[in-house]
Amino acid sequence: MSATEEIIAAGPAEPARETPFRRNMRAFAANPLALGSAVVVGLFILMAIFAPLVAPHDPADTDLLRRLQPPAWLPGGDWAHPLGCDALGRDILSRIIYGARVSIFIGAAVVLVATTIGILAGLAAGYLRGWVDVAISRFVDILLGFPYLIFAIGLMAMMGPGLGNIILALVYKEWVIPCRVVRGETLAARELEYVEAARAIGASRGYIMLREILPNILSPVIVVSTIRMAHVIILEASLSFLGLGVQPPTASWGAMVADGRAFILQAWWVSTFPGVAILLLVLAINVASQGLRDAFDPRFHE
Amino acid sequence: MSLARLVERLLQLIPVLLGVSVIVFVMITLTPGDPVDIMIGDEIVTEEQEEAMRRDLGLDRPVHERFLVFLGNAVQGDFGESFYHGRPVADVIAERLPATIELTLVAMIIALVTAIPLGVLAAIKRNSILDRIATVGSLLGVSLPGFWFGILLIMLFAVQLDLLPVSGRIGYAFEIEPITHFMLIDTLLRGRPDAFLDALSHIILPAITLGLPMTAILMRVTRASMLEVLRQDYVTFAEAKGLARHRILFRHALKNALIPTVSVAAIETGSLLGGNMIVETVFGWPGLGRLVVESIFVRNYPLVQAAVLLYAVTYVMLNFFADILYTVLNPRVKL
Amino acid sequence: MTDALLEVNGLRTVFDTRAGTVCAVDGVDATVRRGECLGVVGESGSGKSVTFASVMGLVRPPGRIEAGRILFEGRDLRALSPRQMRAIRGRDIAMTMQDALTALNPALTVGEQMAEMMEAHDESLPASRGARRRAIAERSAEMLGLVGIPSAGERLRQYPHEFSGGMRQRIMIAIALASRPKLLIADEPTTALDVTIQAQVLELITDIRAELGMSVVLITHDLGVVAEHCDRVMVMYAGQVVETGPTADVIGAPRHPYTKGLLASIPRLALRGQRIRPIEGQVPELIDLPPQCRFYSRCPERGPECLRPVEMHDAGEGREARCVRVVPEMVS
Repeated sequence: MSATEEIIAAGPAEPARETPFRRNMRAFAANPLALGSAVVVGLFILMAIFAPLVAPHDPADTDLLRRLQPPAWLPGGDWAHPLGCDALGRDILSRIIYGARVSIFIGAAVVLVATTIGILAGLAAGYLRGWVDVAISRFVDILLGFPYLIFAIGLMAMMGPGLGNIILALVYKEWVIPCRVVRGETLAARELEYVEAARAIGASRGYIMLREILPNILSPVIVVSTIRMAHVIILEASLSFLGLGVQPPTASWGAMVADGRAFILQAWWVSTFPGVAILLLVLAINVASQGLRDAFDPRFHE
Repeated sequence: MSLARLVERLLQLIPVLLGVSVIVFVMITLTPGDPVDIMIGDEIVTEEQEEAMRRDLGLDRPVHERFLVFLGNAVQGDFGESFYHGRPVADVIAERLPATIELTLVAMIIALVTAIPLGVLAAIKRNSILDRIATVGSLLGVSLPGFWFGILLIMLFAVQLDLLPVSGRIGYAFEIEPITHFMLIDTLLRGRPDAFLDALSHIILPAITLGLPMTAILMRVTRASMLEVLRQDYVTFAEAKGLARHRILFRHALKNALIPTVSVAAIETGSLLGGNMIVETVFGWPGLGRLVVESIFVRNYPLVQAAVLLYAVTYVMLNFFADILYTVLNPRVKL
Repeated sequence: MTDALLEVNGLRTVFDTRAGTVCAVDGVDATVRRGECLGVVGESGSGKSVTFASVMGLVRPPGRIEAGRILFEGRDLRALSPRQMRAIRGRDIAMTMQDALTALNPALTVGEQMAEMMEAHDESLPASRGARRRAIAERSAEMLGLVGIPSAGERLRQYPHEFSGGMRQRIMIAIALASRPKLLIADEPTTALDVTIQAQVLELITDIRAELGMSVVLITHDLGVVAEHCDRVMVMYAGQVVETGPTADVIGAPRHPYTKGLLASIPRLALRGQRIRPIEGQVPELIDLPPQCRFYSRCPERGPECLRPVEMHDAGEGREARCVRVVPEMVS
C-alpha cells in the first residue's frame, strides 16, 4: 500500500553525520546474531593460525592401539582424545584443528585472488566498454556454462591433486562472480557525477577506475566475497572428500569425512565431527555475511 | 515470444557452446601425461605400434586441426574409446545416464513440492514460528556439506533405524528387465509393486541429499518473491474488490510469485548436476556422476572429458530454458 | 443526518515503526452523504489515503486502527467479521487506486479481473456455468463500454500491459464499478496520468456517479480537481481534518490558514490580486507531536493562543475549521 510506505518513509531520518561505512559497521554490530557469527569465524581463524599451540596432539601421529577410540564421554574414551581417534589412531580433535588451516587458507586464498582478478576484469569491462567488455563478458558467459563443481573436478582430474592446484582450479571459475558484480556496479558508477567530474579535469582512465570508482563500489564486492568464502570452503571439502584435494597425511575436513565412511557401522564419530566443523564454519560465515549484507544494503531489509 | 526472437536467442547459444568445447578441449590438451602411454599401460609394444596408435588418435596433427576433429566427433556423439571398459565412451555414458537423470528428477520434485508450499507459508505467516523455522532451515540447507549430510542420513536411517538401504538403486533380489531405464517406472510397467517400493526406498535418501540445497534456495526465493508480491498494489486492489483470501493468495499472488521461483528452479537443476558426483559417490548410486569420479582415478580421461562436456552443454541448455520459461510465464516481458 | 452513507468518528490509525508509533490518522471525523462527491485534500502524509484505507479495512501491519467508529449505512464496519467485511468491500464500497498499472494484476487478463469481481458479489448471476459465463462476459463488455472502451469483447482477453495508461485507468474504474457499489473511493485517480487524460477520467467518474447514483470520495492533493468535481471538501493536514464545508464556500472564503495557503499555491484558484506562493516549511513528523496546533510552525497567522490543542470549531453554514481564529473571542 503506497500510503503505508509513505508513512514509514516519512518517519524520522537518522542524523547522517558519520561516514556510510561506519554507519554500516554500527548497524552490523547491532545485530547480535551476525556479530556472534563473526566472532565464531574469528575463533576458527585463530584456531587455524595457532593450531600447533591449540592442538593437543600431532595430527599425523598414529597409534594403532587407539584405533577408532570413541569420544571421551563414551565408554572406552578418555579426555586425552576428547573427540576420539580415527582408523589410524590419530587424534580427531587435533586433525580438525589442523584441518581448519586447509579450509580457511584455501577459502581465503581463492576468494582473495579471484576477487582481485574479478575487480580488475570487471572494472575494465564496465569502464572501458567496447571490445574489452565484449571479450571479458563472452569469456564470463562461457565459464558460467560449466557447473562449478564439475569444472573444478575436471580441472583437478587433469592437474592432479595438491594445495596449489585446488586454489588454481577454483580461481579459474570463481573470479567470474566478483567480475560480474564489479562490472554491473561500474556500469552504473561511470555515469555518476563524481566520475564525470574526474573525467572533466582530465584524470587518467586507470586513476578513475582505481581511485574514483573502486572505493565507491567496494561494499557490494566485500559482501559478495564473504558469501563466496562459504561456498569455496564447501567446494574444497567436496573435492577433498572425493580424494581430489590435499593429499594425506595433511588433515583436511572433507578427506576426514571420507576416511570415516568405511567405519560408519562401528565408529560414527570419525565422519561426524569433521562435518560438524565444516557446518559450523560455513554457517557462521553465511550468517555473518547476511548480517553484513543487511547492514550494507538497506534494499535487502526483509 | 515471437519465433524470430527465439531463433535469435538460440543463435546466441552457439558462441557459448563453442567456447565451452574449446575449454574442454584445452583441458584435454593440457593434461599431463601422454594418452598413448596411458593406453599402453604395462603392455609391451614396439615403437612402430606406438606411432600407429598416435596416428590413429590424430595426435601427430596440429592443435587447431585436432580441435576441429574433436568438435566434429563430439557433435556426432563420438568421444572415442573408453579403454578401461573396452567400449565407446558414448555407450558407457548412455548406460549410466538414466540412473543419474532419475535421481536428479526425483531430487527436483522433492525440492519443488517442499520448497514452494513452505516458502509461501513462511511469507503469509511472516515472523511466525514457521517462518523462523523455514529461515533457519534454508540457512542450514545451504551450509550443510552434501557429502556429510548424506552420511548422516545413512547413519540415522540405514544404520541406526535400519529403515532404508545404504546404497545402490534396487535390491539384488529383484531383476527388472529395463524398458525406460528409469527404475521407478520400469518396476511399475513390469507390474512389480514390491520392486517399486524397494527402488523407492533406495532413491529416497540420495534424492533428499541431492535436493537439499535446491530446496533451501527455492524456499528462500519463493518466500522473498511472495513477500514482494503481497506488497504490490494489485494485491491491495484485489482485497479492495472483496475477493476471498484463498483467491487473492493463489490466483493473484502466487501466480506472480512463482515466476522467479520457476526460473531459479531451472537454473538450480543445473547445479544438481554437480551435486550428483558427490551424492552418487556417497550412496553408491550407479549413475554418471560416480562413473566420472571412478574414471578420474583410473585416468580414463576421454570419459571424464566427454562427461564434463555433456554436463556443461546440459547446464547451458537449462539456463536457456530458464530464460525462455521466464518470458513465457511473464506476460509483461517481451524478449 | 439520515442521509449519511458513511460516518467516521474519532478514527485513529497508527503505524508502529522502529522510531516509534506514527499517528497517521488522529481523531478524524468524516461524513459522506448519499449521492454526493466528497473531496479529500492534503499533501502526502496528511493521512487522507490512510483514513479511507481504514474505512475499507485495508490497513496492514505494522499499521492498525487504534480507535474510532466507522458506520456504513448504520453498521459499524469495525465490528464486522473478516467475511462480512469482504462482502461489503467491492460490493458496497469500491476503491480505485492511484496507478492502474500497478493495481491491475499483470498476469491475469482484464476479463478475468473483471469477472472475479462479479463472481464474488453478484448473486443475480445464473447458476449454470455456461449461462453464468455468458452473463459475466456480457456484463463485462457492458462495463467496458460504460467507461468508453471500444470493441470491449476482444479487449477482455488482453493483459493490462497491452493498454495505454488512460485506458488502464478506465479499466480499473470499470472493474471497481462492476458490482454497482454505493460508494466509490477514488484514491488519487489522476495523479499518474497525463493532464489531457486526467480531465477525461474525472469527467467519466462524475458522469457515472450521476448515472449510478452513487457517492464518491475523491482523494487528491489537487484543490483544483476538487473545485470542479466535488460537492463538499475536507482538507487534511498532519493526520487531522483542518477544514470541511461546501466546496464553493471553502474555496471562496477559506477559514483555515492551511487551506488559504493551499489555494494560494494554485495559480487558477488563487484569489485575485494575490501572489502565488508555496507554503513554506514542512509537514511535521507524526511522532511525539507537541500539544499545539499542528500547522503552527508554518502558519503566517500564528499567535501564543495556538500553543495548545486546537479543536474543530463551527464556522457556520455547515462549515468547520480547526483554527482558533474562527472563534473571535478565543483570540486574546
